[in-house]
Amino acid sequence: MALLQIAEPGLAAAPHQHRLAVGIDLGTTNSLVATVASGMARALADDAGHILLPSVVRYGETEMIVGREARAGQADDPLNTIASVKRLMGRSLADADAGMRSHYRLSDGPGMVGIETRAGRKTPVEVSADILRSLRERAEASLGGELTGVVITVPAYFDDAQRQATKDAARLAGLNVLRLLNEPTAAAIAYGLDNAAEGIYAVYDLGGGTFDISILKLTRGVFEVLATNGDPALGGDDFDHLLADWLKAQASLPDDMPVEDRRRLLALARSVKESLSELELTVATCSFSNNVSIQVPVSRATFSELTADLVARSLRPVRKALRDANLGAEDIKGVVMVGGSTRMPHVQAAVEKLFGSAPLNNLDPDQVVALGAAMQADVLAGNRKSGSEADWLLLDVCPLSLGLETMGGLVEKIVPRNSTIPTARAQDFTTYKDGQTAMSVHVVQGEREIVSECRSLARFTLRGIPPMVAGAARIRVTFQIDADGLLSVTAREQTSGVEAHVEVKPSYGLGDGEVARMLLDAYGTGEIDAATRMLREAQVEARRLIDATEAALAADGAALLAPPERDVVQKAIYALAELLETDEGDTRKIRAATDALNAASGDFAARRMDASIKRALAGRSLETL
Amino acid sequence: MSITVTEKAARHIQKTLDKRGKGVGLRLAVKTSGCSGMAYALEFADESQPEDLIFESGGVKLLVDPRSLPYLEGTELDFVREGLNEGFKFNNPNAKAECGCGESFAV
Ligand SMILES: Nc1ncnc2c1ncn2[C@@H]1O[C@H](COP(=O)(O)OP(=O)(O)OP(=O)(O)O)[C@@H](O)[C@H]1O
Ligand SMILES: [Mg+2]
Repeated sequence: MALLQIAEPGLAAAPHQHRLAVGIDLGTTNSLVATVASGMARALADDAGHILLPSVVRYGETEMIVGREARAGQADDPLNTIASVKRLMGRSLADADAGMRSHYRLSDGPGMVGIETRAGRKTPVEVSADILRSLRERAEASLGGELTGVVITVPAYFDDAQRQATKDAARLAGLNVLRLLNEPTAAAIAYGLDNAAEGIYAVYDLGGGTFDISILKLTRGVFEVLATNGDPALGGDDFDHLLADWLKAQASLPDDMPVEDRRRLLALARSVKESLSELELTVATCSFSNNVSIQVPVSRATFSELTADLVARSLRPVRKALRDANLGAEDIKGVVMVGGSTRMPHVQAAVEKLFGSAPLNNLDPDQVVALGAAMQADVLAGNRKSGSEADWLLLDVCPLSLGLETMGGLVEKIVPRNSTIPTARAQDFTTYKDGQTAMSVHVVQGEREIVSECRSLARFTLRGIPPMVAGAARIRVTFQIDADGLLSVTAREQTSGVEAHVEVKPSYGLGDGEVARMLLDAYGTGEIDAATRMLREAQVEARRLIDATEAALAADGAALLAPPERDVVQKAIYALAELLETDEGDTRKIRAATDALNAASGDFAARRMDASIKRALAGRSLETL
Repeated sequence: MSITVTEKAARHIQKTLDKRGKGVGLRLAVKTSGCSGMAYALEFADESQPEDLIFESGGVKLLVDPRSLPYLEGTELDFVREGLNEGFKFNNPNAKAECGCGESFAV
């Protein structure tokens, strides 16, 4: 550990004067690495001059191949050639992407799905690490030194499990992750810094596998993400699949084609799709096994019509993000287009129509994310002179609300969705029963008000709370989300200082569709949730009153109440308890019975108060009060 | 919570302040840089800023700007000898990860 010396005012040296730092866009389809040299961000090419590294890994008999060559051999060895592995990051077998399931031999494993290959079982983390290692070697060869740190981008929609998996992959590849950065935010960094643009922008990122929309506010070099949304299962691949199905029908190809032919057909569909971004008409030509070959003319108009629904699907999250940010399309100064799929003319047209202005295209849609990541890496590595870095603050948001389970299975939201991160938020809770010495903390993620409808992230128990009457303990629960979007939760009893803590080492497993579903659900069911919430609250309140009254009766009932008085209170308790047990779920009735018990025990409560004041005053003179 | 210095650190700070002949105390700050994201800065302070938070420990005034405070709360500043080198070391309960050289940290 380096020891520090005291410097003269304003002269504390920035550490690490010359550090090699890079940004990596680890894409579903393509990955690339960029760095800042002499103040300019630029993507690094491999020996052959290629910048994009196809995110494909082939596990061969003797060696492993990454990138272009692996992709070229995909049709020959489909089961051992892993593409689009990003779709499996942080997933269990149960929620693995259906397309991936049909292409690979997936198996369940501890924590995460595995892919059976010739080289053995590979987890998505290992496959991603192989891609990252290849980029690391490229960067180190081209920069002539060891990398100090990297910034890796992830879709805004990645949950904790997916982010953790990405970090794990980087560690496995021997990379030091300075931070993870949301892809659209990285694009905005590249855009904002290059153009010194101010105002509110949208970043529309349609890549190979995922779609992200972010609404960002840029002011004097400060980025604030106002809202994010997206569809984690929408991208260029889906366009390929639709076109492939259409080609198959046109050419009357059989449904049960061998895996190699299906791969060939997909590759054909992709190249047809890409050329239709330039041409009005092309002919799809390909030969398959058993001497079958096809030749199908495809026009841009046909393709646009075929895939219009996919384009429309991307506009829904855009509208939602605008709503979340309380903005209309007219408030958006410009739309930044990111991702190779935004080259499709009908995507451009749809975005232009929605926003009423031509989208911004002056950055290379393939590189913009990596360039932004490189700029951020440069800052984090301390390569910028202080002053400029001080104004360079980046705000990001968390995509789903985080909260705690409270009594009755309700969710108390602590960090609302779209809160800027890093963040720390605290809320005080108390004990529910007299003498309660432990409290269990259940951390959940999602938009619904009912625990069972949200995703369970972690549970832990705070023990050693000093026994006190119900409601006297003050337990502060703090949620802290770091700059990578990873969560840690601490519960601390304030008077005694006892503390318990959990790092959300997320249980890999929130399905891609599930994030979207959890968001969608929250919109449709607000009212039902509110009703359920009121019912649960009434039930909790009722139970608490019963417990408190019973405890009071046990303590002072005999001393302070005559038997008939005692009966009245007891009856009101029974009436309320019965109502709770029949599980009828009538909020009004429960509230009425609760009020009745309150009324019946009102006198008793007053007498107890008097008695306890008398006890407290006993033996003290007026002066000491 | 507060920020403190060890007895050894206090002695050393006092000595260097005396030798320097001026200065109201020591400024502790955190800057966003370094390979783990944050880096410490340790400077003489010739004047305090209105927004500064001031801690006293071992007879030394420690000035911290409010932006740095959350990252420094609970930190103890120590003065140590390691091999041939002598210098200050931050014992920071907030730091979760340090880069290999210890010049920067992450919370
Ligand atoms: N000229 C083009 N016309 C249409 N689509 C294109 C064109 N060029 C590339 N694409 C498509 O862009 C997609 C790849 O985009 P990109 O490299 O941005 O994705 P990615 O970043 O790897 O994926 P993701 O962002 O989902 O992780 C592929 O589906 C590819 O077919
Ligand atoms: Mg991308």
